[in-house]
Amino acid sequence: MTLFAFVIGVVFLAAATLFVVGLHLMRLPSTARRGNLISAGGMAIAVIATIVFSLVTANGSWIGWLALVLGAAAGAAFGIVRARTVKMTDIPQLVSIFNAVGGGAAAAVAFADFVLHSSGLRLDLTSSIPIVLDVVIGSVTFSGSLIAAGKLQGVISGSPITFPGARIVNVLAIVIALAAGVFAIVVGNNVLLLVVVLLASLLFGVLMVLPIGGADAPVIVSLLNAFTGLAVAMAGFAINNQALIIAGALVGAAGTILTLQMAKAMNRSVLAIVLGGFGTGDSSSSAPDDAQDLSNVRELTADDVAVQLAYAQHVMIVPGYGLAAAQAQHEIAELAKLLLAHGIDVKYAIHPVAGRMPGHMNVLLAEANVPYEQMLQLDEANVAFDNCDVALVVGANDVYNPDARKPGNPVSGMPILDVDHAKSVVILKRSMRPGYAGISNPLFTDPKTGMFFADAKKGIADITAAVKEYVPS
Amino acid sequence: MIATLFGNLAIFVLSLLVGVEVIGKIPSTLHTPMMSGANAIHGVVLAGAVITASLANSPLGYALTFVAGALAAANVFGGYVVTDRMLQMFTRRAPAPSAAPTADDQKDPS
Repeated sequence: MTLFAFVIGVVFLAAATLFVVGLHLMRLPSTARRGNLISAGGMAIAVIATIVFSLVTANGSWIGWLALVLGAAAGAAFGIVRARTVKMTDIPQLVSIFNAVGGGAAAAVAFADFVLHSSGLRLDLTSSIPIVLDVVIGSVTFSGSLIAAGKLQGVISGSPITFPGARIVNVLAIVIALAAGVFAIVVGNNVLLLVVVLLASLLFGVLMVLPIGGADAPVIVSLLNAFTGLAVAMAGFAINNQALIIAGALVGAAGTILTLQMAKAMNRSVLAIVLGGFGTGDSSSSAPDDAQDLSNVRELTADDVAVQLAYAQHVMIVPGYGLAAAQAQHEIAELAKLLLAHGIDVKYAIHPVAGRMPGHMNVLLAEANVPYEQMLQLDEANVAFDNCDVALVVGANDVYNPDARKPGNPVSGMPILDVDHAKSVVILKRSMRPGYAGISNPLFTDPKTGMFFADAKKGIADITAAVKEYVPS
Repeated sequence: MIATLFGNLAIFVLSLLVGVEVIGKIPSTLHTPMMSGANAIHGVVLAGAVITASLANSPLGYALTFVAGALAAANVFGGYVVTDRMLQMFTRRAPAPSAAPTADDQKDPS
């Protein structure tokens, strides 16, 4: 190792440290933004150090650099524009798209490294194995994440897409990819074999995600995020770059943990999700329509709800997927502000998987200027429900189903919000349709519950208007 | 060669453990920005694209460099910008009541 390579290596370690410090600062809302900027600083250092190293050591042609600059300019423009203009409700799709391009880039880097050596001797195993793994994982992530983004966006049907023999084609695709990969490693310099690996892996990615229900898509996005991390780490092994190895491993760990946490909060096993075919997709579109008997339901008007809220001391808002889908975050924040202004204590109880992915509801509420101190996590919220006069549930179904405490049903054992501990419950949803788990919620027919059937956005606006009649202004 | 591989493997395993330790402490409140932030970090593959550019010596190599550069840059820039946009909403203390929301509502097709 030359002294120069040593210095560059140390700079990579500094960049890696900044990544870790940045992620560490993301554990508090108050320091998270600084953490992200520190992480971006690490990124700048790592890329600049690599540029300096390459300019000094490699003797490639200017065409390569030109191709890089043109490509990077186009990519950066696309990324920045999408990031600036995306609606906060569409964040999960965008994360998935950025994940896809990361996986694709990792596969392209490995592929290029293989091509470079294809004219010469057989590649050393320490390079060829990571290259093949990188192409497989990177391609699966690329096509899989694009399909997942399509499902989240609604371009591709959210319900599981299967066809006869799909599973066999799926297994064939991955077997072909791996077999061609092994040959590519053994032969060591045949680009055609690597092309087969690439195509079979892309096909596998598509077939892997198609049968997964739209509601499960965020879990897959997170899992594929972990895959991209691994692909990037493999690229690091292939070209012997420690910055890529460290960053890739960090992301791989992050994606894995998040996937497990998410699956646990949804009461599903990761394996069941990946095998697919169960998730019913968006609760509003394809859930079975075995509506409960309406005779046991106490139906409320906006005015009834307003009276309850106006004379309460402690109000807890439970936002769910329906609120995100109706983009009613600004309306609910306005209602909360009105109540707060009249001395009523308002908090939000946020289930880990409320919204479209974990923490998504927090982002939506933050967008509507709700201070994060008012957003309670599961444990804090469940303490507060014991002292709550009115729980206002908006567009949620399963995350507070008391049946989760009993064995023998689809939500058994799922961590839930103890909405039933509140003195009075108001549930705002469009109909009696069950949610994603496909089962009815006994709280709907509980004597202390009132149902207000409306679209989240319009319903909340009506309540707000009615509350204004009752509170002195 | 094998010594390099071992060194890199050691770095890989230790980084995984650090990742588990750091990420496990992040509350669910911040999981979406964290996922997006981690997403931006794997954009470091842009450094890989730089190496690819410096070594490319064939038309296929140039094409792959262009693709890798474009995809990686979209990942890095998009990832950091959108994460910052989300986190900036968590940190603002004195909200400007209606300016930002209305702008967003107008873009809202529903």
